[in-house]
Amino acid sequence: MSRPAVNSDTDFDVSKPLKGTAGWLDDRFGGARGVRTYLLRKVYPDHWSFLLGEIALYSFIILLLTGTFLSFFFVPSTTEVVYHGSYLKLDGIRMSEAYQSTLRISFDVRGGLLIRQIHHWAADLFVAALMIHMLRVFFTGAFRKPREVNWLIGIVLFSLALIEGLFGYSLPDDQLSGAGLRIFEGVLQGIPIVGTYLAYFLFGGPFPGHDIVPRMYIIHVLLVPGILLALIGAHIFIMFWQKHTQMPAKGNTERNVTGQPSYPYFVAKTSAWFMFIFGALALLATFAQINPIWLYGPYTPVAISSASQPDFYMGILEGSLRAMPAWEWNFLGHTVTFSVLIPFALPLGIVLGGAAFWPFFERWATGDKAYHHINDRPRNAPVRTGIGVAAITFYGVLWAEGANDVIADKLQIPLYTVTWIARVLTILGPIIAYVITKRVCLGLQRKDRNELLHGYESGIIRQLPDGEFIEVHQPVNEERLAVLEAKKVPALLPAPGSEDDNGVPAPSARGMLGKARAVANRAFAETIPVETDGHGNGHHGNGHEVTGEEHEAVGAPGSTALPPGESGEE
Amino acid sequence: MSDMEETEGAEGAGVPAAPHRVIGTPPPSPRLLGSAPVAQEGSETALALVSDEEEFQEHIDGLPPDDPQVTVHGKRAERVVVACFLLTFIAGCGFVAAYVGLGVHTVDKTLRSNLALGLSMSVMFLALGLGALIWVRHLMPNVEVTQQRHDLRSDEKQRQATEAYFKEGTANSQFVKRPLVRRTLMLGTLPLLAAPVVLLRDLGPQPGTSLRHTVWSPGRRLLVQGTNQPITPAQFSAPGSMITIVPDGYEDDQDALTKAAVILIKFRPGELHIPTRHQGSTLVGTMNWTVDNIVAYSKICTHVGCPVALYEQTTHHILCPCHQSTFEATTGATVIFGPAARPLPQLPLTTDAQGYLVSKSDFTEPVGPSFWERG
Repeated sequence: MSRPAVNSDTDFDVSKPLKGTAGWLDDRFGGARGVRTYLLRKVYPDHWSFLLGEIALYSFIILLLTGTFLSFFFVPSTTEVVYHGSYLKLDGIRMSEAYQSTLRISFDVRGGLLIRQIHHWAADLFVAALMIHMLRVFFTGAFRKPREVNWLIGIVLFSLALIEGLFGYSLPDDQLSGAGLRIFEGVLQGIPIVGTYLAYFLFGGPFPGHDIVPRMYIIHVLLVPGILLALIGAHIFIMFWQKHTQMPAKGNTERNVTGQPSYPYFVAKTSAWFMFIFGALALLATFAQINPIWLYGPYTPVAISSASQPDFYMGILEGSLRAMPAWEWNFLGHTVTFSVLIPFALPLGIVLGGAAFWPFFERWATGDKAYHHINDRPRNAPVRTGIGVAAITFYGVLWAEGANDVIADKLQIPLYTVTWIARVLTILGPIIAYVITKRVCLGLQRKDRNELLHGYESGIIRQLPDGEFIEVHQPVNEERLAVLEAKKVPALLPAPGSEDDNGVPAPSARGMLGKARAVANRAFAETIPVETDGHGNGHHGNGHEVTGEEHEAVGAPGSTALPPGESGEE
Repeated sequence: MSDMEETEGAEGAGVPAAPHRVIGTPPPSPRLLGSAPVAQEGSETALALVSDEEEFQEHIDGLPPDDPQVTVHGKRAERVVVACFLLTFIAGCGFVAAYVGLGVHTVDKTLRSNLALGLSMSVMFLALGLGALIWVRHLMPNVEVTQQRHDLRSDEKQRQATEAYFKEGTANSQFVKRPLVRRTLMLGTLPLLAAPVVLLRDLGPQPGTSLRHTVWSPGRRLLVQGTNQPITPAQFSAPGSMITIVPDGYEDDQDALTKAAVILIKFRPGELHIPTRHQGSTLVGTMNWTVDNIVAYSKICTHVGCPVALYEQTTHHILCPCHQSTFEATTGATVIFGPAARPLPQLPLTTDAQGYLVSKSDFTEPVGPSFWERG
């Protein structure tokens, strides 16, 4: 369809080899329709935030390519050798073969340094892109039904990426990463009951031993990448099968998806995007030195440099270890070291566990069991957005505390003061962030409502005959209207402790859990209501009232949530 | 690229004042004058032979392709794209030339090679990407497709049919009917599941008591790390200094040093006040573990095992650079800040017949991070 209007020059022949091959394949697999509708015409919504996941995907591909190159030269062995290579400052120094081969990659293999640095930058970009992609999905509610499984896969991917990164940068057996590995081993030892066994089995005996480098190597180059590859495949297949979400816009409904077709548009754009990412990483690797292991020296357990920081994605663990006050129990002749266990398990547990739990919590609190293909604007889900920003704050404080010595040094604040600030902010920061964010969201909703009811400020000032100056408001256009009207508000469940006429509590608000649910539901349902009739230049509402409690059951336009009392099982 | 900006400007003037574009929504088509999306009719091309129309509706933004403005614009864009691809080719040749022409094997040469290879590689990728992007945005007509979603949920009949078939299959398998078969099957596979875990047993030795001991033993000399020479109290006479000590015979044994590394600190007379304290149930006084106001502490932090490498002479604080656990050196390395929960263990010192510092015994408590069996 539509070709004649756009392009009448379809009167060329598809090249014979291509046609022949396609025909040969279709004879055997019969995928003509699937290739057309699922691959060539697959619709890709056009939104900048949809590029974030692609950054992660392409960083991963670049990691596979550069990692394969590195594995041709890297020797995963801690056999001790004396160095007599190109880097003269380390001449005659005893070191492991792993460290020696990394020096060789850096100084004796043409392009080796470049590929090594691209690999390291790509790893950092991979994790950073995963983080931002997950934040996008969280803040827009794109994790909701039917995409919960893909959200969970994403969390597993992220967790694996952390392990992959830690093991990857530990492989060269340099002083900096060796110290990190020692910390990792110390943390393992601290795990109750099985800790020492875990550490001894992983390291093949006491730290550092000779087994850890080859073991990390096979985990880093085979085991984890294999799982990552499989899960990324599943992630993308599910995305194909369920189709993309889309942002609210004119013409976008829960029943369609609008964007550009895969062939040729998305294929060309995403190839360009891949090239840009590869190019940017190559630029970084050329001009921004990363992990110069020759400056750190080979690992020895008796030395350490100050201001040692891990790669950025380990910062939260490092910061948690630093912020934690000393706390250890002697429990029936056994040592339980909360100084280590809490920083190890709690912060990442809260962030990742909380993320995994969230879709189900939100579903429970809102009673919303509908499909969602149109994303939320973050302001229209104040509780979710507030929790998200609180999580960022919590993570950010602990992450920054991971560099408390650098902060203390650069800002001339006493070291212990920095740590105390971090301890306090870890608790208070998220609460403050939640409250502020929620208020900001409601404020933005109020702005949206004004725009919807009274139009937007045109910037035209008019003087009335009696001398009064007014600003002319213009009704918003259809595109904007579609965006503004996309707000959906969770239905109110029966209030906590509410009873019907006979004094019987509502079934869903009974018991501790029911009451908790009703309280959570009240928070989710808080909104700035919009009167539905006559938008654009209407004169409804006094413009200053707030929220949920007073305005029972504000079914905003297009709300798909079930009405109260109908929140039964599916 | 100025031609494109012009077009955009022209477009901006043509469109009636509209509210700001929402961040993230696609900008209006940059190259073609804005007009309302036109729903196109089905065509006579091959696609019309089968109908996807129910699922896909296409819209095309902008002017028809034979409009003079589009033709002029297309020619300019084409030149830019071609220039990008030529640049890619040149950069690619440059990359090969740099690989062949520039050697490595010294730091300077490596950096030169890295610069040439990296720069040409970056230009290669960026020019290729830019060319592709301009191609798709300025040469291809702006087609937008709306695709209908299908229900993800199967309809009820399909679900019931699947369930019915599964039930029948289960019945045929006799799985429910013959519990003995079912249970012995489960019993039989249990050891099979344990097998992988069993196979992992030889990954490492059992810890046993190895974490409680180090290689220090009665009479073992203290060697100065680096020079690996023994040291007498007289040679270590400057108060306030700290050095790292390794055990004689294990100077390069990483496994041993991980537990046995020691710091040696010299105090002025009267500065050192190590109180007696409980080790387990026994009260231990350790003032007599020092020689001439020289005290030896484990260098391995009791938090997670970093070397405590920083010593502040004026305050007598030992600081771990990893997580800033701080120990007071004059009172037996007790913790005054940070996550470490226990003092650094003290190594009993004495001198041997030649006057060199030696250990009186091993540490009397485990060094390094806490572990479950530590007690």
